[in-house]
Amino acid sequence: MASRISTTMDAAAFVAPAGGGEPGTVGDIHASDPVITVRGGNVHYGETHALKNVSLDIGRNEVVALIGPSGCGKSTFIRCLNRMNDTIEGARVTGEFRLDGQDIYAPEMDVVMLRTRVGMVFQKPNPFAKSIYENVAYGPRIHGLARSRSELDDIVYGSLRRAGLLDEVKDRLDRPGTGLSGGQQQRLCIARAIAVNPEVILMDEPCSALDPIATARIEDLIDELSQNYAIAIVTHSMQQAARVSRRVAYFHLGMLVEVGATDKIFTNPSHRLTEDYVTGRFG
Amino acid sequence: MNTELQPPDRNLASAQVRQIVEAGLARRYRRERRFRAYGLLSVVSGVLFLGFLLATIALNGYSAFRQTKLQLDLDLDPVVLGLGDGADAGVLASADYQAVVKASLGRLFPQVVGRKERRELNALVSASAGYILRDMVVAHPELVGRRITAWLPADDTVDMLFKGRVGRGPDAGGQLNQAQLAWVDELIADGRIALRFNTAFFTNGDSREPEMAGIWGGTKGSFFMLLVTLVLSFPLGVSAAIYLEEFAPRNRWVDFIEVNINNLAAVPSIVFGLLGLAVFINFFGLPRSAPLVGGLVLSLMTLPVIIIASRAALRAVPPSVREAALGIGSSPMQMVFHHVLPLAMPGMLTGAIIGMARALGESAPLLMVGMVAFIVDVPSTPLDPATVLPVQIYLWADSPERAFAERTSAAILVLLGFLLVMNMAAVWLRSRFERHW
Repeated sequence: MASRISTTMDAAAFVAPAGGGEPGTVGDIHASDPVITVRGGNVHYGETHALKNVSLDIGRNEVVALIGPSGCGKSTFIRCLNRMNDTIEGARVTGEFRLDGQDIYAPEMDVVMLRTRVGMVFQKPNPFAKSIYENVAYGPRIHGLARSRSELDDIVYGSLRRAGLLDEVKDRLDRPGTGLSGGQQQRLCIARAIAVNPEVILMDEPCSALDPIATARIEDLIDELSQNYAIAIVTHSMQQAARVSRRVAYFHLGMLVEVGATDKIFTNPSHRLTEDYVTGRFG
Repeated sequence: MNTELQPPDRNLASAQVRQIVEAGLARRYRRERRFRAYGLLSVVSGVLFLGFLLATIALNGYSAFRQTKLQLDLDLDPVVLGLGDGADAGVLASADYQAVVKASLGRLFPQVVGRKERRELNALVSASAGYILRDMVVAHPELVGRRITAWLPADDTVDMLFKGRVGRGPDAGGQLNQAQLAWVDELIADGRIALRFNTAFFTNGDSREPEMAGIWGGTKGSFFMLLVTLVLSFPLGVSAAIYLEEFAPRNRWVDFIEVNINNLAAVPSIVFGLLGLAVFINFFGLPRSAPLVGGLVLSLMTLPVIIIASRAALRAVPPSVREAALGIGSSPMQMVFHHVLPLAMPGMLTGAIIGMARALGESAPLLMVGMVAFIVDVPSTPLDPATVLPVQIYLWADSPERAFAERTSAAILVLLGFLLVMNMAAVWLRSRFERHW
């Protein structure tokens, strides 16, 4: 109890530094070749200020892990990047969110187009109530990416292969996707996301419902995928963040406290809140 | 921290805790047993009442599925029929067949000569026997001039006596006099009276003669009416539910509409009948007593039920499905039609069938639009005057003839059968669509 109160007070101090200047983030928010740039992002859910003035870049072919205690705004942050917050009632997003320099929240930005370019994998595996094949083929089909059945087949098989699932399911592509194990379902969801060849993949705690073996497979997969995609992954597991990411962003109470190279965050964090969290004193 | 809110340390020793819990255990279990007993009691009494109801109806109604018939030797003499030589269909249809029936009875009882006695004798056979004979002859004109043996329906008074529904004297409800009883006994002794399957009950429309009255008119009327109701209320209800649940903005207008839909579901059904009378018949000039109007009225009644059930079904679809679809770049409409609707369909169908079953059992609003009229003809389109099964039951229950009592119960059995089939269809559709992952 007492420690929580003291951290809250620290956070308050952090919002308004003694000098009276703007609250800032420790570390370098920039990426060398950014595909996503966020400047001064704020999200309100009704009265709740869920994301406070966050600025962060996500570079091409880079895995950024977002860590922090529950309710710190990391999921809110990634849901801003493909406008999934639009579906939440009373959600208000302000600030600058750009994908390849284009304003994500501009009126001329088409949400369907945006979500094709920014794919998402959710916390709980959520395959469609369709066959394995249809799960992967659905995206290319609604967007008209395949001109023929054989092209569609190529996309489906390629996506399943890249998701490391093809060998396990190639004999039962017509079986329901919901009949797979949890880890397989999650890889199916990843295959579904990469079938439309997005530029960015957002992952919201993709392994929180999986056992360690399935988790390891997904982590390997993320490693491979990072050669082609920018990936933002929310995770509660610091080991996972350490294993898969190049950079880590630590969120706290809706604020982005610290960003840095993964090994620096875990070995030598600059901010005391980050240190408390990664050393297990808080969270 | 506020010290007043922090009670003193009163943690009990574990032995004490065990003692207290043990002392209370018996009471807890007693409570649970009592609660279970109450539940069992209410289930048993409900089943008993239902069983009693069904048994009563079945016992009252089963006999209507068989009809007492008289075996008569009919002499299709062209002279008695009043036919000339050239007998075409038109002449055949208008010939005097009742005379043939009377002549046949006369031959069986040659001792009956008086005019009054002859009339009493003739009253043993149904007044509609001549029409049945006519249909037979019109279908087979070669029968004219021959003698045939046919089973013709007995009058409902004989029917009731033979089935044991009434006794012999007027005290026991019998309506035959001593002479008629003697004739009936003689016919029974000759083996000329027997129970046969009551085809007329399933193929005829309504009639003033119980032995000729059937449910086919009401069944077809109900069918047309339900067809109109289904065609109107299911697409409208589902579309309204989808729009309200998935696309409508959350504002005061939508709230207002929602409240009103919920209120509409609670409006007494007769009010819809009054509305149908005022709007569809008096304002739009649609025909009275037509299944079309009945269906329109019942659509108004069923619509809120379907909307509410469909919205509940849509709301029950987990948000993860919507997120998955949106996350891959579906438009909201693709999300709804490709992913949400298939999952919500079983619930929607169940709601629709339950609404339909309610509509099938409804009678009050139909009284208002004239479906309570006495209609003999079986409707062939939704625009023909018709009645429906529940109203037919109501009409028969209101009739004085004793024989209508068993027909009322039999019609209720048929109606319950339809309802059972519909509810089973709901269950079947549900399981079928759900198996479809």
